[in-house]
Amino acid sequence: MFTVQNIDAMRGPRRVLSNVSFSLKAGACLILRGPNGSGKTTLLRTLAGLTPPSAGTMNVNPEDVVYTAHLDAVKPQLTVAENIAFWHGIYRTPQTDTLERFNLTELAQRDAATLSAGQKRRLGLSRLHISGCKIWLLDEPTTALDAEHVAQFAQILTDHCASGGIAVISTHLDLPLRNTQTLNVIEFTPSAATKADPFLEGSY
Amino acid sequence: MLALMKRDITLALRSGGGFGLALAFFFILVLFVPFGVGPDREVLARIAPGILWIGALLSCLLSLDRIFQLDAEDGTLDALATAPIPLTGLATAKAAAHWITTGLPLTLASAPLGYLLGLPTAGYLPLIASLAIGTISLSILGMFGAAVTVGIKRGGLLLSLLVLPLYIPTLILGAQTVTRAIDGDSPAATLSLLLGLTLLTVALVPFAASMALRANLR
Repeated sequence: MFTVQNIDAMRGPRRVLSNVSFSLKAGACLILRGPNGSGKTTLLRTLAGLTPPSAGTMNVNPEDVVYTAHLDAVKPQLTVAENIAFWHGIYRTPQTDTLERFNLTELAQRDAATLSAGQKRRLGLSRLHISGCKIWLLDEPTTALDAEHVAQFAQILTDHCASGGIAVISTHLDLPLRNTQTLNVIEFTPSAATKADPFLEGSY
Repeated sequence: MLALMKRDITLALRSGGGFGLALAFFFILVLFVPFGVGPDREVLARIAPGILWIGALLSCLLSLDRIFQLDAEDGTLDALATAPIPLTGLATAKAAAHWITTGLPLTLASAPLGYLLGLPTAGYLPLIASLAIGTISLSILGMFGAAVTVGIKRGGLLLSLLVLPLYIPTLILGAQTVTRAIDGDSPAATLSLLLGLTLLTVALVPFAASMALRANLR
């Protein structure tokens, strides 16, 4: 279960979203929609625990959550295998079939600096699998991926949800997923009056 | 935490890491002193403890901004902050890796450089002991400065200004330890004060650093 009640998401001193609520059961997949700058990333950062919400409650154990951002968290000086081994060490999970699942086997000994944008993204996404966490928070995961790998990643997501995991995904591209819920972020933008109130802004 | 330390050390040793930089700067600074001050052995022996300590301190300062900046730029810091390791552990591991790649080599290099400056024999053991202990607190305090300035692009200037006053007690105690030993006094008092100071920073600063990181991640 992953429940969020009436949370406000802040970006610096600015209230970007207010009163967001949802409840996800095991196996659920939530797609965040909204135009650029509407607060999808801010919401994901709040859910990941990087920015505490200024109001509302989140019912989630931070250790169950893994978050992948726009940046891949890949070290260019290390090889692909070393990058993967590092995250295994951080999450204390045994080395598994990560290389095969993300189609990185042939690249294992390459320096991450020499990877293409799509290959680097796959390496970044492999952290999801490495972490063994139940709740995946994904910020535009399919950027730079080709069609074949988008399908492959959708399969990984489907498998994750089928085994009782939860995913929250912000995306502009349609992912071939079934049984998804959609949250339109724009509905939670604070009204102009709240936005313009300087005392409210500083009061969090 | 061990995985993080291991990775930081590997990164420092690979190309583009900061490992050689601090050491090279230390060598250059100390080697240039006789050219600037003149070859008078008595004068050099007199100023050697101060020069070696200032050299070690400045070399340490040189590599501080890499501690968190590189990880913040490629998103690793966000990922580490959401990973199941506490931020205090992250801060401690970072400082430890910085000490192993900077403080430890500087300590080892100080002996031959002391010889070049004509440091009296009685000074070597206190020099190595004070640097080995003192550079730990330099790394920890520097890590704190790096944590505070992590959100600032090109925060190196601010970082130096922030950290330098915090370095002064360590510098005074460290250099005094060596000077006292050369003058025939017992260095035990200043050395134990230095040790106390280092233990205090080790115990308290990681918490402050984790709070600074938490605030900067927002």
